[in-house]
Amino acid sequence: MESVFGLVGKDFAIVVADSSAVHSILVHKTNEDKIMLLDSHKIMGASGETGDRAQFTEYIQKNVALYQFRNGIPLTTAATANFTRGELATALRKNPYQVNIILAGYDKETGPSLYYIDYIASLHKLEKAAFGYGSYFALSMMDRHYRRDMTVEEAIELVDKCIVEIRSRLVVAPPNFVIKIVDKEGAREYAWRQSIKDGSVLEA
Amino acid sequence: MSVKLQIFEYNGSALVAMVGKNCFAIASDRRLGVQLQTVATDFQRIFKIHGKLFIGLSGLASDAQTLYQRLVFRHKLYELREERDMKPETFASLVSAILYEKRFGPYFIQPVIAGLGDEDKPFICTMDSIGAKELAKDFVVAGTASESLYGACESMFKPDMEAEELFETISQALLSSVDRDCLSGWGGHVYLVTPTEVTEKILKGRMD
Repeated sequence: MESVFGLVGKDFAIVVADSSAVHSILVHKTNEDKIMLLDSHKIMGASGETGDRAQFTEYIQKNVALYQFRNGIPLTTAATANFTRGELATALRKNPYQVNIILAGYDKETGPSLYYIDYIASLHKLEKAAFGYGSYFALSMMDRHYRRDMTVEEAIELVDKCIVEIRSRLVVAPPNFVIKIVDKEGAREYAWRQSIKDGSVLEA
Repeated sequence: MSVKLQIFEYNGSALVAMVGKNCFAIASDRRLGVQLQTVATDFQRIFKIHGKLFIGLSGLASDAQTLYQRLVFRHKLYELREERDMKPETFASLVSAILYEKRFGPYFIQPVIAGLGDEDKPFICTMDSIGAKELAKDFVVAGTASESLYGACESMFKPDMEAEELFETISQALLSSVDRDCLSGWGGHVYLVTPTEVTEKILKGRMD
């Protein structure tokens, strides 16, 4: 089961996701990127049904770009979160997307923010959030060690603590994780944490 | 974790509204959960429609958010057309109609409406998920802790309480009831409304 978690630091936000693509007992790949860059200052980590995840996050990404083309200014993180929730809510009683989302962004006026949006379209702004079986470990570690004004180094230490817990305590633990960060400079990939390397497989 | 899906108990909630002497109080818990896991401890369940009208929405959080957006939209449109705020009785009928529209695919929520009507007379009501209104002169309750809330309110309530006493009563009724319900709690949120002012208070209870 896929794990996604995230937290807000002093002037940045981090989203972490596992990177295994699994069907039943088979692991298709171990370097699947589940955190999409929506625009220069937003990242969306998603977990759930593989097809829905890929399609829905791409749909949101393209709509965020469309808004910027039409209006000349980018959407705020809050607006993006509410738009995403609206799309999930509209589809909920017709053709539901089975996707859980952690959306993080940096706005010039309001700083970093993190939004929890589950697959039945409940939206909540939070400082730390997690989905999946890994959430039972990640949330507890974050409850213990998280502080509002963490630096990037402290936050990454906490992220690594969460990853260690997931790897050691979850029976079918995902081996690899990707970490992405968003701050004043923008959204970018921060690091991978790999305990199994796909030597012969190309990055997707 | 696999637990049988009970849609009204998925997120957990507790809501209560009480009538006092020319005032009313509406209170909710603050937990947002996903079945057994707690996701947030600052979730807002009570929303202001206008200065003298509040609605609390218990049940599925997603539907509460959707319904709140629809109701605010309808009230803003009403305000633009009528150039006045909606009376609580009218608003209750609006909510009832909107819920019954979805009779065969309902919103999974139970609203609690509280307001000051004509001559600042307090009005409270609740309804089920398909809009069956239940008016009351004393108190109304909703949510996963509703059974405990009925008992607590019945024993603690007195008619014509002043604002301070009403606040104490509703707070004690809420906190003692959510302590018996694992799906609601993590503090309380109380709005006390008199004809002249609105007071909002956060309660600290058992944080579990």
